[in-house]
Amino acid sequence: MFHIKLVPEKTNVPFVNWRKPAMAASAVLVVISLVMAFMPGLNFGIDFRGGILIEVQTEGPADLSDLRTKTGGLGLGEVSLQEFGAADTVLIRIEKQPGDATAQQKAVTKVRAALGESLDYRRTEFVGPKVSGELIEAGAIAIALAVVLMLIYIWFRFEWHFGVGAVVALIHDVALSVGMFAVTQMEFNLSTVAALLTIVGYSINDTVVVYDRVRENLRKYKTMDLADVLNLAINDTLSRTSMTSVTTLLALVALFIFGGAVIQGFVFAMIWGVIVGTYSSIFIAAPLLIVLGLGNRHRSDRGSGEGRDAAQTSS
Amino acid sequence: MLYFAPWKIVLVAVLCVLGVVFTLPNFVSEQTAEGLPDWLPHKQVNLGLDLQGGSHLLLEVEAEVVVQERLAALVDSVRPALRGKRIGYRNLGQQNDAVTVTIRKPEQLELALTEIRKLAVPVQGNAIAGITGGQDIVVEVVNDNQISITLTEEAIRERRRSAIEQSIEIVRRRIDELGTREPTIQRQGDERILVQVPGLQDPERLKNILGKTAKMVFRLVDVTTSPAEILGGARTPPGSELLESDERTADGGPADMYVVRKRIMVSGDTLVDSAATFQDNMPVVSFRFDSVGAKRFGDATAKNVGRPFAIVLDRRVISAPVIREPILGGTGIISGNFTVQEVQDLALLLRAGALPAPLKILEERTVGPALGADSIAAGKVACVIAFIAVMVFMVLSYGIFGLAADLALLINLFLIMGALSVLQATLTLPGIAGIVLTIGMAVDANVLVFERIREEIRTGKTPFAAMEAGYQRAVGTIFDANITTLIAAVILFAMGSGPIKGFSITLGIGIVTSVFTAVMVTRMMLVFWLRRTRPVALPI
Repeated sequence: MFHIKLVPEKTNVPFVNWRKPAMAASAVLVVISLVMAFMPGLNFGIDFRGGILIEVQTEGPADLSDLRTKTGGLGLGEVSLQEFGAADTVLIRIEKQPGDATAQQKAVTKVRAALGESLDYRRTEFVGPKVSGELIEAGAIAIALAVVLMLIYIWFRFEWHFGVGAVVALIHDVALSVGMFAVTQMEFNLSTVAALLTIVGYSINDTVVVYDRVRENLRKYKTMDLADVLNLAINDTLSRTSMTSVTTLLALVALFIFGGAVIQGFVFAMIWGVIVGTYSSIFIAAPLLIVLGLGNRHRSDRGSGEGRDAAQTSS
Repeated sequence: MLYFAPWKIVLVAVLCVLGVVFTLPNFVSEQTAEGLPDWLPHKQVNLGLDLQGGSHLLLEVEAEVVVQERLAALVDSVRPALRGKRIGYRNLGQQNDAVTVTIRKPEQLELALTEIRKLAVPVQGNAIAGITGGQDIVVEVVNDNQISITLTEEAIRERRRSAIEQSIEIVRRRIDELGTREPTIQRQGDERILVQVPGLQDPERLKNILGKTAKMVFRLVDVTTSPAEILGGARTPPGSELLESDERTADGGPADMYVVRKRIMVSGDTLVDSAATFQDNMPVVSFRFDSVGAKRFGDATAKNVGRPFAIVLDRRVISAPVIREPILGGTGIISGNFTVQEVQDLALLLRAGALPAPLKILEERTVGPALGADSIAAGKVACVIAFIAVMVFMVLSYGIFGLAADLALLINLFLIMGALSVLQATLTLPGIAGIVLTIGMAVDANVLVFERIREEIRTGKTPFAAMEAGYQRAVGTIFDANITTLIAAVILFAMGSGPIKGFSITLGIGIVTSVFTAVMVTRMMLVFWLRRTRPVALPI
């Protein structure tokens, strides 16, 4: 019976030997991402910036210039309009109004009065300045906490080199994902944070699978050069890595195309995260073990203490 | 790895069947599900506001107001207390968080202290909140003859606490009056209330109703002067103030302002009922006082026949009729050029009672029903397509093994939906994304096992030995990999709010069920198949 195989049965790609150009490229990309995150900066949604968002649906294609005239003259500061998913759907964003939450509420009322009730108000959201600050904080804490707990878990299950390697790869993935949002100027909101955390979860999942095999091979081939052990582990798991990435991407692409405009940004972040996460497990997380000096000392310690069978019964 | 104790087989089978059974109510309409016999599960997945439409409001109780009110009330009661004992004073007023007064004659200082201390009210102790009780004010001499009155820490906390609790109660009553189904009203943090009302047709009305404190008082109109004179520069008589009006003239234009006496004739908290009704074909609000209120209102109207009085709601005059005759029956009518909606809302507010402090809306997320329905439809389509794509891909890659993984995936989906229904967790739009992601990642565990089996076959193992070794080696990896992802889901659940929480629940449930289906369900299916057919080589 014929089966699709994404990669040949036995591969022998010297991934780890390319670690220097790969790491250099990644480092450059991470730096660019971080710089871009401040200049021009992320396009924060109202969750983090405060402000008002109204999604309206008109009968027939929306007349953007008419809507712009109606909302522009209200003295609400910057008002941006954007077609959203379909020709009859418009997203209206209004900057945070000076004053407290009540001022935001009044602006919503004003806009509704100006546009009239013949439109279908599909969505009205406003976030006051107080809450938006708290949301940024909670989002940042959530990501940091997740990363630290994962570091501890991997440290506990493997060795500290693995924990640090996985976390560096994670930070790399999150940085590049944030960078993607800076480059594309896609809206960065609360769901984006959820997407980032999912990327964190996916990326670590991928890294752990490779590390698991590294650990196993370290015990199996005690005299083999570390780089060769890493290459072998990556090649052993390459088939699985590509299969899982492809199935996940299949599901995500379906969601991107058919899931509707509201979650498109969220799904886009995850698609990008899966790609980056897969790359980083192979080109960053594994070779980092060499950089971090996972040397023969650890291997002999482990080897004499637990022996080869430990790898098979370790869980 | 290839032998299953009978109880394990039964357990896995029962769990799978339960997953299907608990999912079933979601395939029928809500009414049908409600009508199912008791022995059948009838809980449907709880749809988030982003899917079924509705309003999410985060409110803050401005509890500081009640503290300031107590201080203002103290100013008002110090005055008669000192006058009653003929104690001369000056500079009585509120400064920041204290009331200060200077006594003219030093020899009267002690007497003044005694009199003012009598104004203290006991603080109600509250063991749960850690409030011990005692008197609510501290009266002390600060400079020579100056007395300072401050509220104790305990009193401030107790006042704030009870203001928030009352507010929640009033918010609940007001929303119940709106007649929406299943609203959620929760306290959040110290001074916040989270209100979630699904399926509301007019979210603006909800905000209107929650945005009003609805303190109604009846006060006399001061006829010794007029708003025009005061705006022109004349002095406002002491004991009166200029208030704006919400009345509309018959042609809909803005109405006048009123000069209104500060003294309250009758307070609205003595109202026991109110309703929207019609009088002379005009929408009006009828109200009824309790016996105390009825007597006060009767006395006041009897004394002031022929004079206008103002009905003041939240410091705005909503109506200012002239008293034609004493109103002794304890009932009355508020008329003005109201719309039907306005009288309905006013009646509702009067019935539900006034908020102890104003509410501020900190955050609003309202989704119209049409968008919610669109999102569900899009989510369903995306789910089905993602599902089919992944299933086809698995069969193409692993043949009969892929088919087993696909069956497990189907069971996985039922388990997720069943768990969501049983736990009554909320499914949000990001939650649907979580399910789709789980579909992609659920096969990961199977892929790990299958790839491992392939490797074992290459080392020349028999089918049974390859399966045995494949599962044994892959299970450790599966657990390590999934526990790390589960950590992310748990953090999201603990830290996230609203839509993120929904996402983390589906992701977390998805991780657990996908490990279960991959490690138990797929394995069992494959082992049964292996025992039946006893193939010479594994078709993988």
